[in-house]
Amino acid sequence: MALPRIRIGRALAYLAAIAISAFILAPIYLITISAFSSFDAVYEYPKNLVPSDLSMESMNIFLDSDGVKESLLRSVYVAGLTIVACLAIGTPAGYAIARFTFKGSNPFQLALVSTRAFPLIIIAVPLAVTYLRVGIDDTIYGVAMAHVAFTLPLTVLVMASVFASISYELEEAAMTLGCGRLSAFRRVALPLALPGVAASAIFVFVTTWNEVFAAALLTFTNRTLPAQMLAALDTSPLPYRLAGGFFLLAPALVVIFLIRRYLLTTWGRVAR
Amino acid sequence: MAEIRFEGVRKNFGKFAAVDGVDLVVDDREFVVLLGPSGCGKTTLLRCLAGLERVDEGRVFIGDRDATDLPPRRRRIAMVFQSYAVFPHMKVYDNIAFGLRMQKEKKAAIDERVTSSAELLHIEELLDRYSSQLSGGQRQRVAVARAIATTADVLLMDEPLSNLDALLRLEMRAELKTLLQTLDATTIYVTHDQIEALSMGDRIAVMNKGRIVQLGNPLEVYDNPADTFVGGFIGNPPMNFLEAEVVGNGSGSGGVAKLSGGSLELTGETAALAGHNLLLGIRAEAIGVETSAADGLVRATVIVLEPLGSHNLLTVRCGEDTLKVSVQPDLFPTAGSDVWLRLEPARIRWMDRDTGTAIRTGTEAFATDTAVVTS
Repeated sequence: MALPRIRIGRALAYLAAIAISAFILAPIYLITISAFSSFDAVYEYPKNLVPSDLSMESMNIFLDSDGVKESLLRSVYVAGLTIVACLAIGTPAGYAIARFTFKGSNPFQLALVSTRAFPLIIIAVPLAVTYLRVGIDDTIYGVAMAHVAFTLPLTVLVMASVFASISYELEEAAMTLGCGRLSAFRRVALPLALPGVAASAIFVFVTTWNEVFAAALLTFTNRTLPAQMLAALDTSPLPYRLAGGFFLLAPALVVIFLIRRYLLTTWGRVAR
Repeated sequence: MAEIRFEGVRKNFGKFAAVDGVDLVVDDREFVVLLGPSGCGKTTLLRCLAGLERVDEGRVFIGDRDATDLPPRRRRIAMVFQSYAVFPHMKVYDNIAFGLRMQKEKKAAIDERVTSSAELLHIEELLDRYSSQLSGGQRQRVAVARAIATTADVLLMDEPLSNLDALLRLEMRAELKTLLQTLDATTIYVTHDQIEALSMGDRIAVMNKGRIVQLGNPLEVYDNPADTFVGGFIGNPPMNFLEAEVVGNGSGSGGVAKLSGGSLELTGETAALAGHNLLLGIRAEAIGVETSAADGLVRATVIVLEPLGSHNLLTVRCGEDTLKVSVQPDLFPTAGSDVWLRLEPARIRWMDRDTGTAIRTGTEAFATDTAVVTS
């Protein structure tokens, strides 16, 4: 009697997995086919689930709209800046937490986590006022800086657990073989941490690519793609929105698929 | 190649003294084993020599250089780690070449050194593999090859065999010893395995609680332990210790030793024993076993017999004391039966019961008369 019960359990598990996947995939699918449909097909009802005529019409409407191409470029720029800054600061900081016991190490980690405890709404006004005073409002550097602030804490913690999972003996071995501290880090610890670095980069990218609140708050003319779309949302036609949605979705999905293996090995190790 | 000298080395972790004032001189090309239970400070001492720990007090010399404040890379050492520490992101070849590349050797020279080191360890076939494609034993070989590829003055080994399975360990032990003999390097080898220490070292430094309690060649340490700790730690089974009282006859030589299970006649010097609470220490194989009573023998009752193939191990009760005795493999006294023990006075090692340290009477004999180990 045990066997059928196991089978039923398995069937239920698969059913649940399919249901959850469908819940997530269905909108993605709909957005994608709509983004590559003709203007008329977008408004069609009932919707044709298997697209018969692929067309760049919606996409072109979106891309040719005012400010879209520029904001897309700005989004790429902000993402690049944020990733570079986040890793440049987060990697050494994570290394320090993993390798050294220093006074205040625990409070420091707690402080990192607690930065995520404040909803952005609460700091929105002080943030905007500060940006205006310093004079970095409406610049992509300002947006990138805000994004670094959002993503850095988690980057530091992830990098800390990545380095903690790399045996210090490896670096010590490198030191006995002629390396100083820094070159042991560069030749041994860093290459071994690369999957973790990549995973952090993805996390940062996905966050900054889709971040809309700070971007909309801190910029007026130099908007990133999500902020641009938010501003145009209530005045734009449906194809514009769907094509825009696709642009927000696609890069994140592609990158995650490409790097999924690293993500799992690294963060799987973290969870252990 | 170089001499190694520790002078009053101390290393504390918080309030705990991991190394508590060690003085040790290892001669040029000598093979010294640091032996002790886990937590005795042997690995810490080795790491102080490697420069991976900073000493809190004392000096460390490698050759004629004061290495106390030098970083690891300036100490001209090579080290084999317990976990092997083979770099997972490099092929075996690059692992072995790592130190040579750091020394900025020419490519041809690196190639030659890597090949010859790999040949010595029989891993020529593995040079193209990654560490994850190797077995534990192969990884171990890579770690040793990497260490000997660089021209270091000193070779340090931190429990290199402890992660191997028993059979492989036995095999590797002999191979490593052969290899180290051909290398002629000054070597310090850390282990908690007393068999490894006895079988490999020119000299053994037995450590306990951060101090070196005895330094000597393997037979000396085995046969003439400096205290009850060394006697109990080295040897399998450990040395037997029985409470004893010695009544001299006034002449300073000879007398009677009273044990809880009987007494025996002493012939040698006994003057040194006066005024001490005594423990009689004797090795399991130094005790003769007779099946019938005779003069000078002590009666004991067999508790259990363990046949071990090459010999039989008896656990016997003699008065209040329990002893381990090894006997020839064809002797099978049944549990509960009586045997008579011959405690050869020359094989007895007297210990002070209060301090645990050995008392030398000057008449101790070794198991073999030629207890001289040439190094």
